[in-house]
Amino acid sequence: MASFVRFTLDGKTCLAEEGAQLVAAAREAGVYIPTLCNYPGIPPKGACRICTVLVNGIPQTACTTKVVEDMNVATTTPELEAFRRSVVEILFAEGNHLCPSCERSGNCELQALAYRYRVTVSNFPYLFPKRDVEAWHPKLVKDHNRCIQCKRCIRGIHNAAGHAIFAFGKRGDKVVINIDPDTSKDIDDELAQRAMDICPVGAILRKGKGFDVPIGRRTYDRAPIGSEVRP
Amino acid sequence: MPAIAHTVKQVVAKYGGDATRLMDVLIDVQAELGCLSHVTAARIADVLGIPQVDVEQTASFYHFFAREPRGKFAVYLNDSVVAEFCGRAEVAAAFEDAAGCKFGAVSADGVVGLFHTACIGMSDQEPAALVNGQVFPKLTPEKARALVVGMRAGKTIEELKGDRFGDGQNAHPEVRALVHNHVRRRGVMVFDHYRPGEALAKVVKMSSGEVIAAVKAASVRGRGGAGFPTGMKWDFARRAAGDVKYVFCNADEGEPGTFKDRVILTERPQMVIEGMAIAAYAVGARRGVLYVRHEYLYLRAYLEHVLADLRAQGLLGTAIGGLAGFDFDVSLQFGGGAYVCGEESALIESAEGKRGEPRDRPPFPVEKGYLQKPTVVNNVETLCSAVQVLLKGPEWYNRLGTEKSKGTKVLCVSGDCDRPGIYEVEWGFSVNDILREAGARDVQAVQVGGPSGSCIGPDEFNRVLAYEDLATGGSFIVVGKHRDLLKDVVLNFARFFREESCGSCVPCRALTGMAQVVLERLVAGQGTAEDVERLRAWQKIMRNNRCGLGQTALNPIVTTIQNFRPLYDARLAAGDPRFVPSFDLAAAVQDYDAAVGKG
Repeated sequence: MASFVRFTLDGKTCLAEEGAQLVAAAREAGVYIPTLCNYPGIPPKGACRICTVLVNGIPQTACTTKVVEDMNVATTTPELEAFRRSVVEILFAEGNHLCPSCERSGNCELQALAYRYRVTVSNFPYLFPKRDVEAWHPKLVKDHNRCIQCKRCIRGIHNAAGHAIFAFGKRGDKVVINIDPDTSKDIDDELAQRAMDICPVGAILRKGKGFDVPIGRRTYDRAPIGSEVRP
Repeated sequence: MPAIAHTVKQVVAKYGGDATRLMDVLIDVQAELGCLSHVTAARIADVLGIPQVDVEQTASFYHFFAREPRGKFAVYLNDSVVAEFCGRAEVAAAFEDAAGCKFGAVSADGVVGLFHTACIGMSDQEPAALVNGQVFPKLTPEKARALVVGMRAGKTIEELKGDRFGDGQNAHPEVRALVHNHVRRRGVMVFDHYRPGEALAKVVKMSSGEVIAAVKAASVRGRGGAGFPTGMKWDFARRAAGDVKYVFCNADEGEPGTFKDRVILTERPQMVIEGMAIAAYAVGARRGVLYVRHEYLYLRAYLEHVLADLRAQGLLGTAIGGLAGFDFDVSLQFGGGAYVCGEESALIESAEGKRGEPRDRPPFPVEKGYLQKPTVVNNVETLCSAVQVLLKGPEWYNRLGTEKSKGTKVLCVSGDCDRPGIYEVEWGFSVNDILREAGARDVQAVQVGGPSGSCIGPDEFNRVLAYEDLATGGSFIVVGKHRDLLKDVVLNFARFFREESCGSCVPCRALTGMAQVVLERLVAGQGTAEDVERLRAWQKIMRNNRCGLGQTALNPIVTTIQNFRPLYDARLAAGDPRFVPSFDLAAAVQDYDAAVGKG
């Protein structure tokens, strides 16, 4: 039997299972904490930092924080909101994100967060990096222009033997996510679809499949991100 | 191909087919084959039974792992601030001219490869280069040319080195290095008289609780820079659940301008290892790992020799100090060239064979560290302090230093001064005291604690080195009045952080590069006051990064904006009427904002 603990969320006393992930516990309590690298069911990494909240006054990523008794959490200060908006803007300036030509438009979490924070243009210097599009894999296309290096695919996609299919290469602003030629050999349509779905942006696409739902009728075209938690 | 297969098989077998030993495998395979090609990576993956992408992930993370041949002689010339001060540009030009190739390339005959590298821990004897792992300090254009001539004439690396070895143990038969120690001031903690085993002999008569109590009573704090109380760390690890625990020594000093670990590992390795044994006794660990930066690979044989010696003396191995059940041994782990691995959780990841990416905390290493077991990670100098505390007692220790900072600090003084080198001083010395001892005149600035510390001007030289005032991991770079502080120092540091970010956290990965872009614009006289404010504002964003590297990466910029603002203002382009100082974004997107109902 899990035990419940009492904690404070934006001044409100809440109950959560002890050790629950803060992002999930907040969601239960009707508080939406924006996330990008977090994905239900895979180990959190705290890479994008957008879910940063104040835990007892100290900035901490909510995806890697477990709820404990008497924890005092602030999720929505003006500074935190400004920081989140900055993360979104930084990502747009860091990669090459051309929404109108992207199959993921309308289903893209980065784009949806940009809408949420009303980002019309990034205030950070656009780097326009030269990046590759890899199409050698029989089932997948990896468009590095759109990759935000959230590592969801690295953490969440494994082959039948439990081996990694994706991994980081290099470091710093040169990091790329590589596909293993061997362990990715036998992936079926289902796993390819999961790889595409797990990607928050349009960096992993399935070959031979796309635009099933027209742009304009997709997830975030219908309702803003986070509105399922707090309309 | 058969050579690759054979080498990989042998090396992997040497490390028991254990994928967590991937760093050792990569280092040894590269030593045999010259580089780690994709074919080699695939072979290693195959033999270890892990995906090739995982091998590539580690191999491509570290600076010294070569993915293509780097020449019969791979020259890594340090491009740190201090190296530039000492005439690196002329040495680099001489190398290029003699080799007939540019940096980043290998000469047509395949003999010489020229590469840049960040600070190699030789700031007291720059310009310096690593050639096939061996140190060539105090280079001049003439020496550089002679080296290339020697390489082409078929000399071996030993012949290129010659026999004019440095002082102290640098001349030891297992070291044979051209490096000098430059110990300018001997303190009582590290460089005083020392006999291996004396402290351990006292320790085995105490309980582990008493050992920790002594370290706590002496209020020993971590010497890597963060200053965490050592006794508390040991206590956490001792209380942590689990029967398997580890003691790590962090000798991955990568902060530009730092070289104390080099000298301590050369002159006092026994003391460091004795400190590890004491920590092991205190927390109940049986295995220790001495993690040494790749740049100090030239000490490998020597350190192995020291470990063997200590085993022979009964100071490592089983029944240490004659106490049945006190079993502890230490193995060496070398890095691959990554500053971020100085962060303790990144260091642990690296020791497990992975890319050196800092972990999310909690859990802290004392709860879940190496191989998920409780692990104490201590700095080289911290362990030396622990040895002395156990030997001479907390009261003795507490008489040294200031009210809040006890003991001594080993400073690495470099840059524009007459006597660069090692100064072991009690905490509480002022910046002025150090400048006087080191023979520094006409000083414009001092970079205290390296780039992740702060850059201060003469009006602050009366401040003291202490955790409560100017905390430092040891780096102390003197910048003379004749230097272009922004171009020669700050921009160099900005490039350094861009290169060394692990790339995991968004703000660190992107803003280190973006800050460099903006700073280059400012240095070139094309920046605006808005750019300066923008850099300051980015510091707030950087505070939310996961590790210390990301949190402090803009310190060189922000502390100089704070302390040397006129230098920035003097370079602003606004004085030129042809220059449009800023683009009025709000005005430009007014129509659009109105159309989407914003504002």
